[in-house]
Amino acid sequence: MRLETKRVFGMTKELLIHIFLILIAITMIFPFFWMFCTALKPSTEVLSWPPVILPQHPTLENFIAVFTKWPFARFFFNSILITSVATFCILLTSSAAGYVFAKIKFFGRDLIFYIILATAIIPIQSYLIMLYLIIVKFQWINTYQGILAPLIIMSFGIFFLRQNIYAIPDESIDAARIDGASEFFIYFRIILPMTGSALAALGIYAFSVTWAQFIWPLVVVNTKEMYTTELGLAMFQKRFTVEYGAISAATAVCMVPALIMFIVFRRGIVRGVTLTGIKG
Amino acid sequence: MLEELHRSLKLKSPQYIFTICVLTPVIAIYTIIRIIPIGGTIFLGFHKWDLINPAKPFIGLRNYIKLVHDELFIIAIRNTFILALLSIVISLGIALGLALILNRRKMRFAPVYELIYFLPFIISWVPLAVIWKWMYDPTYGILNYVIGLVGMRPQGWLVNPKLSLYSIIILVVWRNLGLATVLFSVGLKNIPAEYFDAAIVDGASGFKLFRDIIFPLLKPITLYLFVMSTILNFAIFSPVYVMTIGSQGAPGNAVRVLVYDLYENGFRYLHMGYAAAEATLLLLIVLVLTLVEFRSMRYEV
Repeated sequence: MRLETKRVFGMTKELLIHIFLILIAITMIFPFFWMFCTALKPSTEVLSWPPVILPQHPTLENFIAVFTKWPFARFFFNSILITSVATFCILLTSSAAGYVFAKIKFFGRDLIFYIILATAIIPIQSYLIMLYLIIVKFQWINTYQGILAPLIIMSFGIFFLRQNIYAIPDESIDAARIDGASEFFIYFRIILPMTGSALAALGIYAFSVTWAQFIWPLVVVNTKEMYTTELGLAMFQKRFTVEYGAISAATAVCMVPALIMFIVFRRGIVRGVTLTGIKG
Repeated sequence: MLEELHRSLKLKSPQYIFTICVLTPVIAIYTIIRIIPIGGTIFLGFHKWDLINPAKPFIGLRNYIKLVHDELFIIAIRNTFILALLSIVISLGIALGLALILNRRKMRFAPVYELIYFLPFIISWVPLAVIWKWMYDPTYGILNYVIGLVGMRPQGWLVNPKLSLYSIIILVVWRNLGLATVLFSVGLKNIPAEYFDAAIVDGASGFKLFRDIIFPLLKPITLYLFVMSTILNFAIFSPVYVMTIGSQGAPGNAVRVLVYDLYENGFRYLHMGYAAAEATLLLLIVLVLTLVEFRSMRYEV
């Protein structure tokens, strides 16, 4: 009898805990759900009070408006171009420099490495002004190379890959050197294949960090054609303040790449973040 | 001896060629996009310059003295501190509780909860801020409807200057909660189960268990989270910017944060030297925090 009450008590406690956890889960998901529903509503329904959550007459007119009122396709093109080039450059520079810092001994190596590592933590906001002035000097304002310039090297990436390459046993590299393999061969044929998962993790991370850039494009871009999706969304929202249907549709569209990544890599992302820390 | 050195150099020269090929462009680019901008910003902070005028007089610490008397800057610093500290304390507190619950023995669906809590963190600031701005709408926002269900009066979440900063804090907590939960979870999983068993055999209560075993062992991760979130929150800009633009936005001064003030001074009023001084302050804050972290990490080891 006593055991029975204890069991019931335990189950109630268990149930209450799950209710609490589910409430928090709803808090996390509901804003997204609400936005998707708004995006599918005709304008008359969007501003109805009291609000009806599910769209009664679902329509795609908001999504069409997003692409006709405002060049979102162009923003997407810009963002994808910039993030792809930046991610490629980050992976290349991080792995090559990571290899040098991990496996080749030379005078001043650690000093250079620590200078790069020390600046990893400094946010772009704190050197934005001078960076802007330098890009002005290059006459790269409102160009792809101007947006890209500060994004193509990531100190954290160099650090992360150095740690990973450091773990590769020296024997495999030395053996190749004795066989007469060039350093480029070793880098491409031994180092890169052996750091595959680290490169993938850094790639995902670099992609999302670059995609989320906001203040830098904001200062360096001055025509609509050069907006990234982030900047385009912010400006769209400024321009069409109360058209929540269209704004929600634009937001939904902008979140698609991140959501695809989240769905594809799920556990990998959560694990990756815990490995790589939270910079960005 | 000399011959040996010669031979080792010869053997190593391909490595040096590779090193030079790799590091020259990396260091060159790095200098242009990081070292010079950081150094240049500090340098510019001691000058008065409006971007157009060729004269750029050195004025020593006068920018900094002006900052201390600048009402908007004081507001910005105050708001930044409130935002950073409150959002960190709240999100770390809730996250620790959630992590403890999720890591109980035989907890079901824990990975699913973690995944869901993590969702907001993978989305960038701008879409999140836009979504919340719609929810915060004073007339049609769902949030006012929801609090109305429990009998509360509708609020001007963003438009009310008394509330707007706290509305942004809610957004920041909401986004970062999952990250902190996951990191605390990792920390808890790394505590060997024998520790718990030993403590329970010794008759330790839940609270004692937490105070004597869990908390000390979570200290490194807590400190790491604290420092990282402080740096990120001190540099916060995009959600504040999005929340203030447009007619439904928050009044600029009520949510003015350090980087927002810096951005306005630099790129709106073109007070480049003045804004550079503000940026230097941000840099100092970040450096101090990083040092704190390094120092205490050394103590741990």
